[in-house]
Amino acid sequence: MKRYTWRLGLIEISLIALAVVFAFPFYILFTLSLRGAEATASPLSLPESLNFVNYSDAWNKAGLGSAMLNSFLITVISVILILVLSLLAAYPLARLASRLAKGMYWLFLFGLLLPFQVALIPLYQAVRDIGLLGSIWSVILVYVGLQMPFSIFLFAGFIRSVPKDYEEAGWVDGASTWMTLRKIVIPLLRPITSTVAILNTIFIWNDFLTPLLYLTGTERITIPVALFAFVGQYVSSWPLVFAGLVSAILPVLILFFIMQKSVMKGFAGGLKG
Amino acid sequence: MPKRIILLALPALAAYLFVLIIPTIRGSRYSLTDWNGLNPEYEFVGLQNFRDAFTSDASSRAIYVTAVIAISTTILQNIIGLLLAVGVNTRIKSRNLLRVFFFTPVVMTPVVIAYLWQYLLAPNGPVNSMIAIVSPRETYPSWLGNENLALLSIIMVMVWQFAGFVMVIYLAGLQNIPEEILEAASIDGTSSRQKFWSITLPMLAPAVTINIMLSIISGLKAFDQVWVLTGGGPAGLTNTLSTTIYRNAFQYGEFGSSIALALILTFAIAIISIFQYRPLLRREAAL
Repeated sequence: MKRYTWRLGLIEISLIALAVVFAFPFYILFTLSLRGAEATASPLSLPESLNFVNYSDAWNKAGLGSAMLNSFLITVISVILILVLSLLAAYPLARLASRLAKGMYWLFLFGLLLPFQVALIPLYQAVRDIGLLGSIWSVILVYVGLQMPFSIFLFAGFIRSVPKDYEEAGWVDGASTWMTLRKIVIPLLRPITSTVAILNTIFIWNDFLTPLLYLTGTERITIPVALFAFVGQYVSSWPLVFAGLVSAILPVLILFFIMQKSVMKGFAGGLKG
Repeated sequence: MPKRIILLALPALAAYLFVLIIPTIRGSRYSLTDWNGLNPEYEFVGLQNFRDAFTSDASSRAIYVTAVIAISTTILQNIIGLLLAVGVNTRIKSRNLLRVFFFTPVVMTPVVIAYLWQYLLAPNGPVNSMIAIVSPRETYPSWLGNENLALLSIIMVMVWQFAGFVMVIYLAGLQNIPEEILEAASIDGTSSRQKFWSITLPMLAPAVTINIMLSIISGLKAFDQVWVLTGGGPAGLTNTLSTTIYRNAFQYGEFGSSIALALILTFAIAIISIFQYRPLLRREAAL
């Protein structure tokens, strides 16, 4: 163990100084959301008294309660479906040596190269034609399809790094497909399952464009779209708007602080493939 | 292992075909027409939409803006992210706290971040108040009202948001460098600077590639930050390809030209992605 040198001290001081600059937006975000009507005060000063009225106001006026519920339902259902479908697909595609399995795996990989923009409009029509427009199932369906390539890719890569022996034993003993998957494969995949779940959760919770397209003008809008509509209406009342912004990010921030190690590892490991 | 387990992939395949493959094929076809998105009748116009994309003022401006955003965010994010990673990879006491801290904006909703900055950069906003404290002056910059400053602001916000993401990938790369190599170099009397340039940086090469590719791609796709921060303004001068595609299709009813632009963007991203996945695909092919 090396000593704490003056060089380290210098690095520490400069990084903390940088962190203070970096923190400036957060400071403004939280202090403004707690500010009362004393709008004459400098935006840089601390609020004289903590004022939670903005929060209850924002909550009521922006309909954040129902938007939060929608975001929560959409995120949870989508992530569960993504995990189940991508795991079920990744397993045979990673293990079978047949030409069909390989071809299908490549077809999914190809999706990693396809940006979403070309599909955007025809997909909108297809979703409209099956009558899902305005229902949460429209965005869930879109997320599930959209996230298949990436999730399958992560699962398949991990499955290939796990020795086959355990499962072979299961197949030889004549266990059913379902039993082998549930008792042997799924427990082995726990680390990558949490990575896939975390990355998808953050992406879906924060996504703006998909719910903007499919849910605008309904009761089913998610947090980012609700904020967009709310700000359009109350743009001059920044403390109110900021209370709304803070409420919207708190769930994801809390989740991040609780699971920071695995979230950062998920991003570092998951996105580099 | 029974062959029939391939049936397990069918639900995923169905969702994937419905959401990505079939719409992409149908979409590509519209790029050759003058379809307005509603009228069931449309005409085949050949490559006209693609010619327009490169010659019309609005879309060539969008191509330019997108390229500027992609290139400058890539350079800035990578320099800042690498410095942060090197810094928090030392034995400083606050390293864990700082890692979490610099990463926080990555998980925050982009729409929230854009509104936050819209306020920070407003004419009487906190950023100008800070400038007033440091050096009071007659007029203060109109961050979102001037086209060049607006573009700079978008870039600044994106860098602020994603530097932490770049940092964790570099950090993972740094932690993969065996301690022994660096110690051996120290014993041989190599200076820290030499160690950084001749050992650390070369061994970080894979992380550099990944970070550059991911930064370029997210820069090319920039939508949320621009849409909320400037709405493409002033006078449409900060519209990117993504905001133009959205506007053309859903506000102006020009589906054909919108999809032509989307294909141009797709093509740019596909080329970069192929570079990114090439080593990986080669590994797959070897299996």
